[in-house]
Amino acid sequence: MAILLTDFLLEKEQKAWNALTALLGVFFSGVALWKLRGVPQGGVSGFDNSIVVDPFFVFFGFIFLAATALVILLSVKYLEIEDEHHGEYYALMLFSAVGMMFLAEGNDLVVLFLALETMAIAFYVLSGFLRRDRRSNEGALKYLLLGAFSSGVLAYGFSLLYGMAGSTNLDTIADAVAVRPPRDFLLLLSLATVAAGLFFKIAAVPFHQWAPDVYEGAPTPIAAYISVASKAASFALLLRIFLTIYWPVRVDWVGVVSVVAVASMTLGNLAAITQTNLKRLLAYSSIGHVGYILLGLVAGNTRGLQGMAFYILTYAFFNAGAFAVITVLRRKDIIGDELDDLNGLIERNPAAAVLMLIFVLSLAGIPPTAGFIGKLLIFWALIETNHYILAVIAVLYILPAVYYYFRIIAHMWVREPGDVSRPHISPGQVVALATAMAVTLAAGIYPEPFLRFASYSLMLPFGR
Amino acid sequence: MLFSDSQILNAILYTPLVGALILLLIPRGQGAVHRWVGNLFGFLGLAVSLPLLWRFRIGETGFQFVVDKQWIPSIGAHYTLGIDGISFVLVMLTTLLGAIAILSSWSAIRKREKEYYILLLLLQTGMLGAFMSLDFVLFYMFWEVMLVPMYFLIAVWGSERRLYAAIKFFLYTLAGSVLMLLGILAIYFTAHTLDIRTVLAAPHPLFSVHLQKWLFWAFFFAFAIKVPMFPFHTWLPDAHTEAPTAGSVILAGVLLKMGTYGFMRFSLPMFPDATLAFRGIMIVLSLIGIIYGALVCMMQKDMKRLIAYSSVSHMAFCTLGIFALTPLGLTGSIIQQLNHGISTGGLFLIVGVLYERRHTRKISEFGGLATPMPNFAAIYMIITLSSLGMPLLNGFIGEFAILRGAFEVNKAWAAWGVVGIVLGAAYLLWLYQRVMFGNVTNPANESLPDLNAREYATLIPLVLLAFWIGIYPAPLFRVLDVPVRQLVIRYDPEYYRAQPVTPVSAQPTRALLVPPADAHSVGAMERGN
Repeated sequence: MAILLTDFLLEKEQKAWNALTALLGVFFSGVALWKLRGVPQGGVSGFDNSIVVDPFFVFFGFIFLAATALVILLSVKYLEIEDEHHGEYYALMLFSAVGMMFLAEGNDLVVLFLALETMAIAFYVLSGFLRRDRRSNEGALKYLLLGAFSSGVLAYGFSLLYGMAGSTNLDTIADAVAVRPPRDFLLLLSLATVAAGLFFKIAAVPFHQWAPDVYEGAPTPIAAYISVASKAASFALLLRIFLTIYWPVRVDWVGVVSVVAVASMTLGNLAAITQTNLKRLLAYSSIGHVGYILLGLVAGNTRGLQGMAFYILTYAFFNAGAFAVITVLRRKDIIGDELDDLNGLIERNPAAAVLMLIFVLSLAGIPPTAGFIGKLLIFWALIETNHYILAVIAVLYILPAVYYYFRIIAHMWVREPGDVSRPHISPGQVVALATAMAVTLAAGIYPEPFLRFASYSLMLPFGR
Repeated sequence: MLFSDSQILNAILYTPLVGALILLLIPRGQGAVHRWVGNLFGFLGLAVSLPLLWRFRIGETGFQFVVDKQWIPSIGAHYTLGIDGISFVLVMLTTLLGAIAILSSWSAIRKREKEYYILLLLLQTGMLGAFMSLDFVLFYMFWEVMLVPMYFLIAVWGSERRLYAAIKFFLYTLAGSVLMLLGILAIYFTAHTLDIRTVLAAPHPLFSVHLQKWLFWAFFFAFAIKVPMFPFHTWLPDAHTEAPTAGSVILAGVLLKMGTYGFMRFSLPMFPDATLAFRGIMIVLSLIGIIYGALVCMMQKDMKRLIAYSSVSHMAFCTLGIFALTPLGLTGSIIQQLNHGISTGGLFLIVGVLYERRHTRKISEFGGLATPMPNFAAIYMIITLSSLGMPLLNGFIGEFAILRGAFEVNKAWAAWGVVGIVLGAAYLLWLYQRVMFGNVTNPANESLPDLNAREYATLIPLVLLAFWIGIYPAPLFRVLDVPVRQLVIRYDPEYYRAQPVTPVSAQPTRALLVPPADAHSVGAMERGN
C-alpha cells in the first residue's frame, strides 16, 4: 500500500526534465495501478482512513494516466514550436496528476480539498504557460480568479459538513447526514455550496464561463488535459461526494442536477453553433457533454452510473484525439485553431482529416463510435427510470450538436484549402492519435470490455 | 457451395466493407486503380448476393440464413442477422443498385476518387446491415451509420448548394432516428429483449394500446422522414438535386426504402392497434403525397428536381399500399418499392447521362435529343413507361396491386390514387416530350454522342428487370406471400379464413401466381397455430 503511494508521490519529486522521464513515471504508475486491479469492491483504506483504494479509484486512475500519457506525447512538438520547452511543464502536469489521483481515492474532506487545489494550481500555471500570448494570460487569470472563488465556496460547504459531523471523514459524515431530519437547512446549504464548487470544476452551467477562455488561451495540449483529465477528476470527486454523503438526500438534489444538466446541454450546444474558433467550439461542446454525463447521475441507477463511467472514460480518448488533431495543425506562424485553418485538410493531410472525422463523429454520438454507446447508456438509464421528458430533450440536443460538429467536417472535407502547407504529424503524435482512434472505434464497435471496466468501477451507493 | 447458410449474409454484408478497407490502403492519386477496385467490389457485392436467388426458401415462415452471436452482453445486444421475403427483395435491390451506382460513376467522378469509392462501399454495407439486422441496437447502428457516407457523397461531390443540402439531409433524417432510439429503449423495457424476432413472434398484445400509440409516433418520424411522407419530404428535392448521380440512384433506389421497410418490419406488426388507430392519418398523408408530389413535378424546371418530386409521389403509393393493410396492398407496396428502385434509379441514371454530356439539368436546355441519341431515346422511353405504370412493365403490377388493395377497403382511396397515376403519366411524358422530341433547338445538343458501352451496362439490367417484373411477376408474389400473410394476420386473424377463395379467384394476378395448394397449406398451418 505505502509503496504504491510512494510511487505516485515520487513523480513530482523527479522534476522531470523531459517528456521521456515523465512518460516513464506514468508508465510505472500504470504498472502499480495494474497491480491494484484486484482490490475488493469495498476498497482498502489507509492513512487513518483518509484515503481508500477501491475499483472506483483504479478506474479513474487509469483515465488520468492515459490522459497524461496522451498529452505528454502531444506536448513535445507543440512546446518546441512555441519555444517554451521547459521541464517545469511536465513536472506541473505530473503534479496535477498526483492531485487527481488523490481526488479519486480521498476519503476525507481535507485530503480531497488539498488534492483539488494541488490539481487546480498546477492547471492555473499550465494554462498561462504561453507567457508571450495575451490570450493565454487572460485565460489563466480568469481561471485563477474564478477557480479560487469556487474553491472558497466549496471549502465553505466542506466546513458545514464538518460542523454537522464533527469529523472530516466521509464515512462518518455520511452516517451523520443520514440521521439529519429531512429538509434540514444546514444540510441543504452545504449541498448548495458543495454543488456550486463542483459544478464550477466540471464547467456545468451556470458556472461555465471560464471554460471557453481558458481552452482558447491555454496551450492546446493543456486544453486537452483540462477538458479530459481535470474534468474526469472533478467528476470523480463529484461522484464520490454525491454517492456517499448526499445519497440519502437524493430527492433534494435530483431536481437541481437535472436543471443544471439541461441548462448545460442547452447552452453548450447552442453557443457552440456560432463559434469560429475550434478550441472555443470544443469548449462549449464539452459543456454540453457535461450535461449528458450529469443526466446519468439524475437517473442514478446502475446503468446510469455505468454510462457515466463509460462516457467519462471514452470521452477522455476521443476528446483528447480531437485536440490532438488541432495540435498537429499548430505550426510555425500558424496557430491552427480557427475553423478556417481546417479548410481542405483532406487534401493537405488525409490521415489527420480522417482521424478528426472519427473523433468528431464520436463527439456527435454517431455510431459506430464510442460516443454513441456512451449516449445510448445515458438514454437507456433515463428511460429505465422513467425520465421520459429529459430523455427526449437529451436526444433532441444531438441535432444542434451534429450541426456544429459537421461544420468542422465540412471545413475539412469540402472547403478549398486556403493555405497549401501540409501539416506533419510527429511520431509522438502518431502514437497518441492512433491510441485515441483505436479506443474510439473499439469502444463503439465492441464496447463489451469497456462496459465491464465501467461496471467494475461502480461504487454502488445502494448497498451502503 | 461457397458460403454456408450461416455465412452468406455476413459475406454479402462485409464484401463492400472489405473493398473499402482495401481502397483505404491504396495511396491517393491513383484514380484508375481506385476506380477498378471500387467497381470490382461493387460487382463482387452483387455476385455474392446472387446465390440467395436460388437458396432462399420460398414459403418458409420466419427468418432465414440467421446468424446469432453474443455482442454486448452487458446490455443484452446480440449480433443477429437474417432475412425474410421482404428483406430478401430489398437486399437484392440494394446489391444490384449498389453495383450499378458504382459503375455509373466511372467517368462522372474524377476528383478524390479514393474517398468516393470508399464511401459508396461503406454506404452499401450500412444499407445492407439495416435490412438484415434482427437486433434493435444493431439495426439502429446500421441505420445511422449509412447517413455519414451519404452526407459526404452529397457534400463533397454534389453541385452548387451541396453543403446546405447535405446537412439538411443529415439533420432531418437524424431528427427522426433519435426519437426512434428512445422508442427502441421503451420497447426493451416492456418486452425485455432487443431481439426483433422475439418481439415479432410474441402473441398479439405485447404492448398496451396506450404505449403502442407513443411507440408508433416515436418510430413514425424516423420512417416518415426517410420515405419521405408529406409533409416531411422537403429534404428530398434538395438532397437529390445536389447529389451526384450515383448518390441519387442509391438515395432514391435504396435509402427511401428504409422508411417503408421500417413501417413493415416495426410499426405494422409491433404496434397493430396503434396502426389501426392512425391508419386514416397515414392514408390521408399518402394521398396528399401522391397528388401533391405529382402536381409539384409539373412545375419543375430542373430534371433532377422533377424526378425527386416524382419519388415523393411514388413512395406515397407505397405507403398507401402499406396502410391499406390488405394482402394485395402490402404485396403491391413491396413490389412498387422494387419498381421505384428500378425506374427512378433508371431515370436518375438517364439524367446523369445527359449531365455528363452537357453539365446542366435544366429542361429548357434540351429538346429534340431523339435525333442525335436514338438508342438513348428508346431506353429512356422504356424507363419512363415503366415509371408511369404502363402494362407489361413493372410499374403497372405494383400500382395495380396497391390500388386493388386500397379499393378493397375504401373506393375513394383508390380513386385518388388513380388521379395520381394520371398526373404521373402527364409529367413524365411531358418531360420526355420536352427533352427528346421536336427539333434540336440548342446547337450544343446537335452532336451529342449516344450511349457508350458502360452506360448500356448500367441501364440494360434495369430495363430487363422492368420487363421481367411486368410480364412474369409470379416469383415475386410467391416470395412475398408468406411475410405478407404474417403481417395481415396481425390485424385480421380471420382474413384468410373468411375469404379462403376470394384472394385467389377474385384477383386475376394472384390466381396465376399463387398455386392454390400452397395457399391452403399455409392457411392450414396458421390455423393449426
